Amino acid sequence: MADLLGNSAQELLLGNEAITRGLFEAGVRFASTYPGTPSSEVGNLLEELSDKAGMYFEFSSNEKTAVEVSAAAASSGVRSFVFMKHVGLNVAADPLMTLAYAGVRAGMLVMSADDPSAHSSQNEQDNRYYATLALIPMIEPSNPQEAKDFIAAAYEVSEKLSLPVLYRTTTRINHARAVVKFGALRTDTPMKGHFDKDDQRFVNIPAFAVKNRLRLLEMNRQALALSEVSPLNRVEGTGDIGIITSGVSYNYVKEFTGGTAILKLGFTNPVPEKKIADFVRGKRYVIVVEELEPYLEDQVLRICAQQRLLVPIHGKRDGTLPREWEYSPDTMQRLSALVKVKPAPVQMPKPTLALPGRAPSLCAGCPHRGMYAATKRAVGNMPVVYCSDIGCYTLGVQPPFRTADFIICMGGGAGAAGGFAQVTDQKPIAFIGDSTFFHAGVPPLTSALFNHHSIVMVILDNRTTAMTGHQPNPGTGRHFGGIDTSPVDVENVVKGLGVQFIRTVNPYDVKSCIAVMKEALAFDGVAVVISKCPCPLLLKKEKRLEKKTCEVDQSKCVRCYTCLNMIACPALIKQDGKVVTDLSQCIGCGMCANVCPKGAIGVRQ
Amino acid sequence: MKYSVQIVGVGGQGVLLASMVLGNTAMRAGFKVMMSEVHGMAQRGGSVLSTLRFGDEVYSPLEATGGADLIMSFEPVETVRSLTLGSRKTAILMNLDPVYPANVAAGFETYPAIDDLVKAVRTENDHLLTIEATKIAIAAGKAVAANAVMIGAVAAIKGFPLDRELLKTVLLETVPEKSKDLNKKAFDLGYEAMQQQAKA
Repeated sequence: MADLLGNSAQELLLGNEAITRGLFEAGVRFASTYPGTPSSEVGNLLEELSDKAGMYFEFSSNEKTAVEVSAAAASSGVRSFVFMKHVGLNVAADPLMTLAYAGVRAGMLVMSADDPSAHSSQNEQDNRYYATLALIPMIEPSNPQEAKDFIAAAYEVSEKLSLPVLYRTTTRINHARAVVKFGALRTDTPMKGHFDKDDQRFVNIPAFAVKNRLRLLEMNRQALALSEVSPLNRVEGTGDIGIITSGVSYNYVKEFTGGTAILKLGFTNPVPEKKIADFVRGKRYVIVVEELEPYLEDQVLRICAQQRLLVPIHGKRDGTLPREWEYSPDTMQRLSALVKVKPAPVQMPKPTLALPGRAPSLCAGCPHRGMYAATKRAVGNMPVVYCSDIGCYTLGVQPPFRTADFIICMGGGAGAAGGFAQVTDQKPIAFIGDSTFFHAGVPPLTSALFNHHSIVMVILDNRTTAMTGHQPNPGTGRHFGGIDTSPVDVENVVKGLGVQFIRTVNPYDVKSCIAVMKEALAFDGVAVVISKCPCPLLLKKEKRLEKKTCEVDQSKCVRCYTCLNMIACPALIKQDGKVVTDLSQCIGCGMCANVCPKGAIGVRQ
Repeated sequence: MKYSVQIVGVGGQGVLLASMVLGNTAMRAGFKVMMSEVHGMAQRGGSVLSTLRFGDEVYSPLEATGGADLIMSFEPVETVRSLTLGSRKTAILMNLDPVYPANVAAGFETYPAIDDLVKAVRTENDHLLTIEATKIAIAAGKAVAANAVMIGAVAAIKGFPLDRELLKTVLLETVPEKSKDLNKKAFDLGYEAMQQQAKA
């Protein structure tokens, strides 16, 4: 692993490592996040390095809070960085919109890591529109080197305009790896500031807000002037055919097409209107190459209309390029009628041999397996709606569990449960993780109590934020960067709200969980079941996992396959009709032993 | 010069580590390097793909479908699944030791015979080299060194542009101090196994 605080000339860095180094080179002193792929590694790195770098860093309880703490830092004169995945910015949109009205006193970047092709997400929304909606500048790097270098450039823009800047990346930037040349670490920025009272700026009551909007529009005019002269927007090559591109798409254009002039945009809100008009003028035609929505293309069309430029513009609007999914070298083949494109290789055909699937699944010994098995058994034939949420437990959508019927967003399952309770005769069961509970689960639980919705909330407390790479959350307490806090107890929170039915269970004891879930399902009102068991993957990482294994006594096993059908643990293997455990995977959690009707499975220390 | 490797396998097999070792070696050899990795959800037991491209002038983190110079596969089924990443000319290194998907282990799906998987590749490709990396790793001292066996094997592939000694040096810098001897041995055994196969 590269030393991100060292003085190497260059290192092979993941985009997110390069971004982290960029923060140190820009003298950022305050950072906050809620973990989300593809931005998560930045948080894991800062958890380890922020202290040494002279930076305060926190995992906030959600993205909204993350933006607010960073906004306070920047309003007090301390450079701040807040980062999240694309859908996280939906949660944080509320503070962002008015923060733009107030502006900031030291530089502030808001990184949105978008996920075209939804590799680890529930949608592929294009967050560039947040820059135009909030009226804030936007910077977009194309590779890990730029991902580092553009950070300092973006802080310059932010401080010149006293505005937060949207720093927009995509999966193939965050999770690309490339040789990155290091610059010097910046040490002259302050870690402490002072908040100077200024009601007209920072108190957006209507009378002040309408004035601040004028200021914001004026700042956008100045931002346009900066964009026009920014070296981040540059023309490469010459020719009578033009390509306008930004972000990762630039790489595919550069390497897989040829013979055109390229306008590469890195400062993408406001777009450099004059530069674009000058680029388009005199061209035979222009192609706009960008992933997802026609964000640049529509602005190019608008600029051409205003300038009366009758140059054909190709892109998504005329169907030349797709609007869905991330681009790749293959996408460039769509341009073969318009520009020189490297011929596509003759690929080997898809094999005719039937191959077993290998979808991601819950780990061996994952406690979610026990809770899902118990819930399904307790439900039986009762009509239910399984409301689920964002985390590893989303994988419960797969057979044999199929315990995810409705997933939209963080905390969304718990909220929807109230609606299902009202309009259907199906009992809603809302599964939610511990980190997600603190992020967005408390308000819908409160609302269900307030409106007497009869729901069951199952809090899958695995003592970590597992899916994104095991970040701490309020339920675990904080133990890094010289700060130690006590865990916020889930049960106490639920009790404090006034929930009448609360049970804490051990999901490895599946039989007891079945009994508790039956009780919860019969309860009229809000019932909360807390499944408390640490993520074994985390225990393994921290070398805290006890060495245990399960073993099947073949003389007792009647081959009823209850263990396989209920737990479906990857460590249970069916071999010639026999059930055996895969000792390389088994962690000896004993869930299979617990459900075995013949007591044929034993746990060995 | 430009060379691209698609490294495929299953989460937990060390695909990311192998791609780091190859990528760092390419950097040390003075090449431009662009890579793309899979992180997040897919790592929970799913198929994993890591793309490595290096050369004098490289921009894209992704390779054109069919454009791989080398498919380095840690798992038999994943080799066949990834065939479209290469062409008839692509060199393929295929580890023959299977990792059974959960649905196969539970008896819901079947895993094809290894011979059939090898045949499926040979029908479409003339440059397949196979290796039993885990078996060789156990001979070297420990199954976990299968990764080092694979990296050693890659060094023996015809036309592979990275120097064997440099590759070994970078591998040994990457692994923990206490497992250096094991990895060195595994690397050499992997290299020799490939050389013998190429001669045969």
